[in-house]
Amino acid sequence: MAASDPNGPVYYKEWYHFFYQYNPNDAVWGDIVWGHTVSRDMIHWLHLPLAMVPDQWYDINGVWTGSATILSDGQLIMLYTGATNESVQVQNLAYPADPTDPLLVNWIKYDKNPVLVPPPGILPRDFRDPTTAMLTSEGKWRISIGSKINKTGIALIYDTEDFKNFELKKGVLRGVKGTGMWECVDFYPVSTMDDVGLDTSAYGDGVKHVVKVSLDDDRNDYYAIGDYDEKATKFLPDDVKNDVGIGLRYDYGNFYASKTFFDPSKKRRILWGWITEYDSECVDRTKGWASLQGIPRTVTFDRKTRSNLIQWPVEEVNSLRMSSSEFKNLKAKPGSVVPLHVGTATQVDIVAEFEIDKLALEKAVPETTDYVCRSGGGASRRGALGPFGLIVLADSGLSEFTPLYFYVTKGISGKLHTTFCSDQSRSSLATDVNKKVLGSVVPVFNGEKLSLRVLVDHSIVESFAQGGRTCVTSRVYPTRAIYGDAKLFLFNNATDTTVTASIQVWQMNSAFIRPYQPETD
Amino acid sequence: MTNLKTITIFFFFLIAMTSLPSIIHCRTLNDDKLIESTCRRTPNYNVCIQSLKANPASSGADVNGLAQIMVKVMTSKANDAINLIHQLQRSGSSSQKTALSSCASKYNAILIGDIPQAAEALQKGDPKFAEDGSNDAANEATFCENEFNGKSPLTKQNNAMHDVSVVTAAIVRNLL
Repeated sequence: MAASDPNGPVYYKEWYHFFYQYNPNDAVWGDIVWGHTVSRDMIHWLHLPLAMVPDQWYDINGVWTGSATILSDGQLIMLYTGATNESVQVQNLAYPADPTDPLLVNWIKYDKNPVLVPPPGILPRDFRDPTTAMLTSEGKWRISIGSKINKTGIALIYDTEDFKNFELKKGVLRGVKGTGMWECVDFYPVSTMDDVGLDTSAYGDGVKHVVKVSLDDDRNDYYAIGDYDEKATKFLPDDVKNDVGIGLRYDYGNFYASKTFFDPSKKRRILWGWITEYDSECVDRTKGWASLQGIPRTVTFDRKTRSNLIQWPVEEVNSLRMSSSEFKNLKAKPGSVVPLHVGTATQVDIVAEFEIDKLALEKAVPETTDYVCRSGGGASRRGALGPFGLIVLADSGLSEFTPLYFYVTKGISGKLHTTFCSDQSRSSLATDVNKKVLGSVVPVFNGEKLSLRVLVDHSIVESFAQGGRTCVTSRVYPTRAIYGDAKLFLFNNATDTTVTASIQVWQMNSAFIRPYQPETD
Repeated sequence: MTNLKTITIFFFFLIAMTSLPSIIHCRTLNDDKLIESTCRRTPNYNVCIQSLKANPASSGADVNGLAQIMVKVMTSKANDAINLIHQLQRSGSSSQKTALSSCASKYNAILIGDIPQAAEALQKGDPKFAEDGSNDAANEATFCENEFNGKSPLTKQNNAMHDVSVVTAAIVRNLL
């Protein structure tokens, strides 16, 4: 079996609902249905029966991605893309068969579906993934659907009063040349004044908007922060050089088709993302499953940089922490690897801070080019002020290891430039896995220590640098650094500086996930 | 006077005879144009042209159709490899037993996973999964070849599988 895109995440009657694209028959994409799971606390999950399957002409070739909207009277509706019997992409309306059932087990499809078909000028296979609706000042519900015209990715806007009849607004919310098809568009407000999440319909002072897209062309999720003009139905990014699809990414590793929702119980916006496999399909068939969902993250506006979002694992993850080990002010000399004795390190939560010698920083010679993870040579290529950081999923002989590191350089102007990378190149002796070095620049202010949080879970490593300014998800498949043989190290491969690190490591319990039993649950 | 008329008529006749064949060929030329321009955008023009032209359905097919034909060619190459693997396994070469068995799993994955995923993705309209499936098939063939440390009895089949798969992936990229 295989899963992919998160669908329709929503908080309803005190339950968190998570639907997802699912192939019950094989460890590849195909035969797509909507899987469904629920939780009261983001930790204990119940697998429910499939919510929707392809059983109508308008979704017989796939019940694809969609989003939930909670109306002003508390009613819940779902809009989703169906691939018709002729493989045309249309939008369909569905709603709970029993709105009093908090588990929303059964769903009804509107009998006059589809409610939207590709408009003139849009090709039948470039019209999918409707967003959660936002209420306009005219009292209408507004959604966005991604598409493309030639190679220009665009987000179309529709207004509706009943989710059955829609008006296509003139123009597009935003379009960016050369980005290709915009899948899984997400469009939502963020507060610029505090760290609370905002209801999808929030608008006005102290609010900026985010347009996020999944690019079909390169399988990455991009976002831009900017201003949304409701009357003109236009989004203008704050930084046009980093427009939608050509600038910032939620995650510089494995992370796609992501979608947010507003959690009114804790006033936060939560992001779900699909983490695919980085190994070969043959192996996926052998193990019988493929794909994960990343740990859900809260999303907020970074009020310090004012130019990026901050993502952080939901606080409920902390409740899985068990025993911890703490290391204060460890000094790692240039070219050293320091074992951190924490016991088994296959399921851990790590929080670390690093400091470089002030003298080394002052003496550092400016570099003309910026360090780039992809081509930087990984953790073994030494520089004056990097690489240094942690090594996870390593065996004691270091035949397999995954370094997560910072690399600092000084620019011509004297300003420091920091990059964070996740190095998969030596992660496994297997030859059929992804061995790229992933990562990106991370903004660091004067006076800030370098900080890193990492969630390690067997074959997935989720790193959050500088409080979540730059995130990198890796999939690694060690053959030796597994279970009891997986170790953790601090390392410093810089030539000119000692690194001082303070680290706390928790053993992590597993989340509680089981099938729903109607008689006892 | 008559001579000039005869010459003129003959002259026009000559022109008509030389230009008529091109007019008749116009239709086929346009179909060939799509196949040629599509194949030029792949890493192996020859493999692409041979594979497509061998299937009569390729003339008149759009790019999605050409991609679907290539997926059928992938099936045939995968079957070629599997047949040879089974033959070799039956003939009992013990030094290559592990490698052959590993290759059998990989080609099984191609036939039962990658190819159906690619076919469904092209048919239903989410082509990126067809690119993923084709790329994985190319990788599986390479991994199989690597199992033999230079003494592979399957080089021809693995190369064919690899080349046809990367061509398929390249054609699919046009659909993204």
